[in-house]
Amino acid sequence: MIELLARHTLLRHLLVTLAAGVALLALTYTLSPYRNYQLATMAAYLCATAGLTVLVGLSGQLSLGHGALMAVGAYTYALMSAEVGDRGTTGPMLLLLPLVAAVVATAIVGGIVGLAGARLFGPYLAGLTLTLTIVVPAITTTFADQLGGDQGLSVLVEPAPASLGITFPLERWQAWIACAAALLTMLLLANLVHSRFGREMRAVRDDEVAARLSGINVQRTKVIVFVVSAATAGLGGGILAILTQSVSPGAFSLAFSLFLLMAVVIGGIGSLAGAVWGALLLVALPEITDSLADNIGSSPQLAERLDGNLSLAVFGLVLILVTIVFPRGIQGLVSAVSQRTRRSGRPPSSRPGTTTTEDPPTTTSSESIDA
Amino acid sequence: MHEHTHRFRRPVATVASLGLIGALAACGGGGGGGDAASSPGVTKDTIVVGTHQPLTGPAAAGYSSISPATKAYFDYVNSKGGVHGRKITYKVKDDGYNPANTQKVVRELVLKDKVFAIVNGLGTPTHTGVLDFLKTNKVPDLFVASGSRNWNQVKKYPTTFGFQADYTTEAKVQATYIKANLAGKKVCFLGQDDDFGRDALLGLTQVLGEDGVAERQKYVTSNTNVAPQIGKLKSAGCEVVSLATVPGFTALAVGTAARLKFQPQWISTSVGADLNTVGGALGKAAPLLEGFLSSNYLPSAFDAEDPWVKQFKKINAEFNDDAPFTGNTVYGMTVGYLFVQALQQNGKDLTRESLMETVEKGGLDGSGLGKLRYAKDDHAGYGGVRMAKVTGTSQDYFGPTYSTDDGDTPVEEYTEEPTQPPADGIPTE
Repeated sequence: MIELLARHTLLRHLLVTLAAGVALLALTYTLSPYRNYQLATMAAYLCATAGLTVLVGLSGQLSLGHGALMAVGAYTYALMSAEVGDRGTTGPMLLLLPLVAAVVATAIVGGIVGLAGARLFGPYLAGLTLTLTIVVPAITTTFADQLGGDQGLSVLVEPAPASLGITFPLERWQAWIACAAALLTMLLLANLVHSRFGREMRAVRDDEVAARLSGINVQRTKVIVFVVSAATAGLGGGILAILTQSVSPGAFSLAFSLFLLMAVVIGGIGSLAGAVWGALLLVALPEITDSLADNIGSSPQLAERLDGNLSLAVFGLVLILVTIVFPRGIQGLVSAVSQRTRRSGRPPSSRPGTTTTEDPPTTTSSESIDA
Repeated sequence: MHEHTHRFRRPVATVASLGLIGALAACGGGGGGGDAASSPGVTKDTIVVGTHQPLTGPAAAGYSSISPATKAYFDYVNSKGGVHGRKITYKVKDDGYNPANTQKVVRELVLKDKVFAIVNGLGTPTHTGVLDFLKTNKVPDLFVASGSRNWNQVKKYPTTFGFQADYTTEAKVQATYIKANLAGKKVCFLGQDDDFGRDALLGLTQVLGEDGVAERQKYVTSNTNVAPQIGKLKSAGCEVVSLATVPGFTALAVGTAARLKFQPQWISTSVGADLNTVGGALGKAAPLLEGFLSSNYLPSAFDAEDPWVKQFKKINAEFNDDAPFTGNTVYGMTVGYLFVQALQQNGKDLTRESLMETVEKGGLDGSGLGKLRYAKDDHAGYGGVRMAKVTGTSQDYFGPTYSTDDGDTPVEEYTEEPTQPPADGIPTE
């Protein structure tokens, strides 16, 4: 059985996804509406961080613009849901059509940026994607009649289907949608990473010349990864639009794009499990620091001032610490620890302390960004 | 070797992720409790309500002092034993006037902190985004701190109630004043690029006609350079400029215009006109505000003889660290007064539904110049508006109070006397 699973990547991934799906489903029944909302937000972020970690960690292209790509997805969702809603569409199509549109539109934008980006290296690509983030508010203001300016657009979202019961919390329904999207993203990306294409993009990341000599079309590989990564960000943006029932440029600021990248780095760059850690951090850290700010602030003025700002500082601090102490991120730490415990659990073939030869092998997830 | 570790790593990663999710679950759950009949946020001796306010960001100037004033009023009432034995806790969350943050903090207030109601959530662009959420969760959304007409949509948003004289009402009164006193002058408009600006412009054009407003300019709070807009108003030869601006941008507009040697007659809606706030932002250039016109619906903070102002000043000294007393203080305390009055009139058996029914009965008054318009099919706030003018360091009312609505009811003089505050400043049943 294990042999079979070890040989069939797709089967293994499907089973894991299914198990995770069941676990999440059960989980949503135990969570309060607020925790379900957080879970849903985390799942929406995961769509983006998973795509980003593949882009940065495995294809070596640094993007500071994933927040903007999420904005493309979110705005497409808002516009499309208004459009199909006006035509009287209800039920699952009102949900799925805009989501598909969000993914497609973001993929197209990603394709355009990727085409330009495939000719650029390191900081230049970062600069290109950075401008993407910066123009978002300007675009929403310029086309205020269509995009609603700073106020943004409200998003047509139907309540949970009546068949689930009248007291079914909206937040649980939203968590289902978001988790389904995140699981789908993870499944597809995991397969992509393990495919021939996955090996090709790692080859491109490690040495473009060598990759080209091996017959890999470097430009094509880079653009495709960018498109895939953009599409997942668009999906995440669409999900965010559903969760907040609105879109506004303030949700996709430059800080948010940087947060996404930081989350990926802290989680463990290039690793999909690391992307999960990153998404969790994006939701949990502000929450923890805010409650911290409420508690340590002896005066309400201090608490108000710390509120929202403390999380920025803590995030930065965590980033510095993680980069120094375990450069492969949280996931790197977790797998190192789990390997060590597994070894120490076994009858000792070698004494502890002489483990120099057993240092965890560097894997795909550990390489630094070329930028 | 590589391939081998790979196969093992994946399950480890998955288990780790699932473990994470488990941790999330562990901190979930819990909470709740209390008897089933009562609403969230209400116990035998407490009521927890929340609000979202711009304590930081582009609209913080002036507005950040509203919620402390409301809180001071609640503290005052709590010090006298609360309402029906319940003390009021007011949770204030900063959203930085960023609609995305408002989404987040209002969900925190409703889902996590389980507040009974949202009271005086501030801002047109910010609050518009949470209307659907509040409706879905059936949370009373009382006395929204904005004059947008969005809050008066009883069918669409049955739990939302306005508070201010809406911008359309204010603009109609301004336009009536312009017609009578500034006839023949070229009237122009500068407004925020959202429902705030749109509602105000609607009121102006309703009275002056579409051709009555020559040049229309708009700004966004994320861009603090208004020179292009002011330049266009100047080159269009505007003589009267009606403003639908938050205080920081009123100051920017007046200051920028002075730099461009452009000095029209300004007429501002109440939300962007508080002399202390705008003058404070202008600093040494505050004398530019001489003759600045505005409309308002609450007593002037400069009127030391007004009984409401007297009462609020006392509370401000004792419960608000004697903070500078401005129009924002009057505003915040009036909100507090209205909420306490609604609780008093509701009686001891308090649920979300009962409180909203109480407000719809139309028995609330407060410090406003005119009447509150609450009824079963009307969730609009104050209806009486009066013009004020800056002279020296004071901002005083002149002329009659007018009343009208956000529809096509004509502007008429309002003759009833304003309400007097109760002796100790706390409403009774």
